[in-house]
Amino acid sequence: MDHPFAITLDVGSSRANKTGSWRTERPLYVHNQPPCNRACPAGEDVRTWLYDAEEGGDAYERAWRRIMEVNPFPAVMGRVCYHPCETGCNRGQLDEAVGINSVERFLGDEAIRCGWQVTVDQPSSGLRVLVVGAGPSGLSAAYQLARLGHEVTIIEAAAKPGGMMRYGIPEYRLPREVLDAEIQRILDLGVHLQLGTTVTDLDATMREGRYDAAFLAVGAQLGRRAHLPAGTASHVVDAVALLHHLGEGDRPMLGRRVAIYGGGNTAVDAARTAKRLGAEESVVVYRRTRERMPAHDAEVREAEEEGVRFTWLSSITQVEEGSLTIERMELDETGFPQPTGVTEQLPADSLVLALGQDSDLRFLDGVSGIEVDHGVVTVDEQMMTGRPGVFAGGDMVPDQRSATVGIGHGRRAALGVDAWLHGRTTAQPDDAAPAEFEALNTWYFADAPRAHRPLLEAVRRSSTFDEVVQSLDADSALYEARRCMSCGNCLSCDNCFGVCPDNAIIKTGDPDTPYLIDLDYCKGCGLCAAECPAGAIRMAPEDI
Amino acid sequence: MTDLKLYQVGTFAAGNRLVDLELRSVQAHADRANSITSGHRACQGCGEALGARYVLDAAMRAAGGDVVVANATGCLEVFSTPYPESSWQVAWLHSLFGNAPAVAAGMAAGLRALGRETRVVGQGGDGGTVDIGFGCLSGMFERNDDVLYVCYDNQGYMNTGVQRSGATPPAARTANTAPLGPEPGNAFGQGKSAPLIAMAHEIPYVATATVADLRDLERKVEKAMSIRGARYLHVLVPCPLGWAAASSDTIRLARLATESGIFPVFEAEYGEVTAATPIRRPVPVDEYLRLQGRFAHLFGKHARPDLVARIQAAADRNIVRFGLVEAEPRTGS
Repeated sequence: MDHPFAITLDVGSSRANKTGSWRTERPLYVHNQPPCNRACPAGEDVRTWLYDAEEGGDAYERAWRRIMEVNPFPAVMGRVCYHPCETGCNRGQLDEAVGINSVERFLGDEAIRCGWQVTVDQPSSGLRVLVVGAGPSGLSAAYQLARLGHEVTIIEAAAKPGGMMRYGIPEYRLPREVLDAEIQRILDLGVHLQLGTTVTDLDATMREGRYDAAFLAVGAQLGRRAHLPAGTASHVVDAVALLHHLGEGDRPMLGRRVAIYGGGNTAVDAARTAKRLGAEESVVVYRRTRERMPAHDAEVREAEEEGVRFTWLSSITQVEEGSLTIERMELDETGFPQPTGVTEQLPADSLVLALGQDSDLRFLDGVSGIEVDHGVVTVDEQMMTGRPGVFAGGDMVPDQRSATVGIGHGRRAALGVDAWLHGRTTAQPDDAAPAEFEALNTWYFADAPRAHRPLLEAVRRSSTFDEVVQSLDADSALYEARRCMSCGNCLSCDNCFGVCPDNAIIKTGDPDTPYLIDLDYCKGCGLCAAECPAGAIRMAPEDI
Repeated sequence: MTDLKLYQVGTFAAGNRLVDLELRSVQAHADRANSITSGHRACQGCGEALGARYVLDAAMRAAGGDVVVANATGCLEVFSTPYPESSWQVAWLHSLFGNAPAVAAGMAAGLRALGRETRVVGQGGDGGTVDIGFGCLSGMFERNDDVLYVCYDNQGYMNTGVQRSGATPPAARTANTAPLGPEPGNAFGQGKSAPLIAMAHEIPYVATATVADLRDLERKVEKAMSIRGARYLHVLVPCPLGWAAASSDTIRLARLATESGIFPVFEAEYGEVTAATPIRRPVPVDEYLRLQGRFAHLFGKHARPDLVARIQAAADRNIVRFGLVEAEPRTGS
């Protein structure tokens, strides 16, 4: 014992005192599901690709590849998706939602500019899959199936691939070179594309082509007609046909005054198209109110800016040459429009019907096992029809109808086809808890107003088919990505490491698991969880 | 690429993976000094343990690790140094409850006599600083001794069982200011502001800070360490035990104290206020008070809105006096 006078113990560190034994709750790092991911019909991991994109530079390609895991159309979706991710975005409760769609578009355009490609990394399975329809859903399925090693053939009735992306969405919303570039990337994986061919007998086509499975995505190409008493000289067309002709490069004659009947996005597309085709007046006639209109707000706003007029609470009862008879409606207590008997005349040289679309399912006549209900094909969770090995998606199955939904169907079906071909079942998606706004600590997020995409000047919008919504520049795209709050997932801000009074958080330096809790010393105070900006730490009770 | 700001967590969090290492806080570095390390016996969520690490780690970085510390008796000492263990990873000297500023001043004089460049930090709680050690502190200021003295203000004698100190706010319940009678809790109009008294000594640097604004606190320590002579830093460190608050609310309470105006965060040089941290998200004092059991008697069945209004009036006075809303609010970057 070599101690000074009156000293009997060695000097020790307080680390001998394992204060972790005080703990009644322990912090856990969570991976909750951000609302953007939850809302994305295509199944994108939005939070994670934004996290990649925030680094800028080389990380853009990493972000793009992460999108491409589930969605082969970032540049198209960055233009035409109605971005439910942004509607769900928690940042909307703080200032304004992150402009996810514009960042996606930026990444998609970067990929086209830089020529980034994808590859097939799986060995060939030797199995053949038929895809009927080269719309968003069919192309998405073909892309995924090709990457899974299958031999894919798409049969498409039209002269060019793209489906409603080409024959439904006007060029001012989606320039064709962008669409072509993203479709070409899919075809470059070795997908066979047979254009101008209509499948009339599915059984025969599958037998002749020796296909092991099929994915059907023929869309909904038939414009719904209304029973309108119409004079012989009246000019009535349907919006689907109008937009289809436009997609083929025609410029249909509509006259000086055009009325469009309907309240969906197709009606607005038709009205904006009519303006561009030279109509002085383009009037949307809709039976309900603006609030009840299914068309998206931004579309309606942009149409109004271009001079499209809207006549709410109106139904068309009679079509004559040069004029329509319109009856005023009022909403009953269930919100359903009821006639009032009050009529007026609306001058119009032509009438465009945009009353919804149906699928042409005649090619399924006599195919055993397939069930059609209310004009759409019944499918299970994996998108398989009642006929084993035959899957379906997109507008021909019961769901919302949009390109994004179709892309999601295509991927789900592809995974389903792959599992079915291998006699497996698909893995259940993990059901992570939602990342709620309340779990964030928004104090730590700097005030950062959203960067909006510039719009083309109105004069060019109403006379040309130039793209209306422009791209964000690189700085604004990076800025916008960095506005992401990374809801429910660690963003490596070191705040937990900083605020622990017990020095009980270990920084690992590993980007996948940046922090660990030192349970020898963690007293369970909960400061790390309370001060985590992203709500990525949860306190869980200890078993005592 | 133009000068692009880093919006995700801006400058408000400890670190940010997107910025250069040297722009992150001291606390974001895995190799920080950890001046007070794990195993100390402070309560869960202790603001003082946190504040002491923030301050000393920043001081250690500023002085290249060449720092000695004199510590007044109090919570900070009792929970960190039960014989023979010590949580301190800095050169640290125990002193009495009332003489830490004098001990620190002596250390500075001794080091100067030895020709050493070692910097001296004195530290204590509000009891040891504002009340018991106040004579020594005033002397240290008046002699302009080359010491940074740091008061960790948790607004009471928490170590001995939550008694009232000169820094206890009005209406607060403590062991000896019971929530009874017409003016429950601590009396209005008593107590003192040590930072303003320090300013009256016209010393080179006086600043207030809280554990809720790490970047501001570190900047002030760094600035103080760049100055010679007597410097005083007053850090608000909420006490979950004494304030009867949740242990996870420590930083939130410090934030609400500043955002309500109750605790003004400012800097002064040679007796003049030179800067104040503007309020970013204004809140009424209610939000701050309701989280604390020591103010529970102001709410509920026998609520005392009149007393809350008096506390609000004091906060409003701070806002005007220190210009807490006039300056351009911080947006972060």
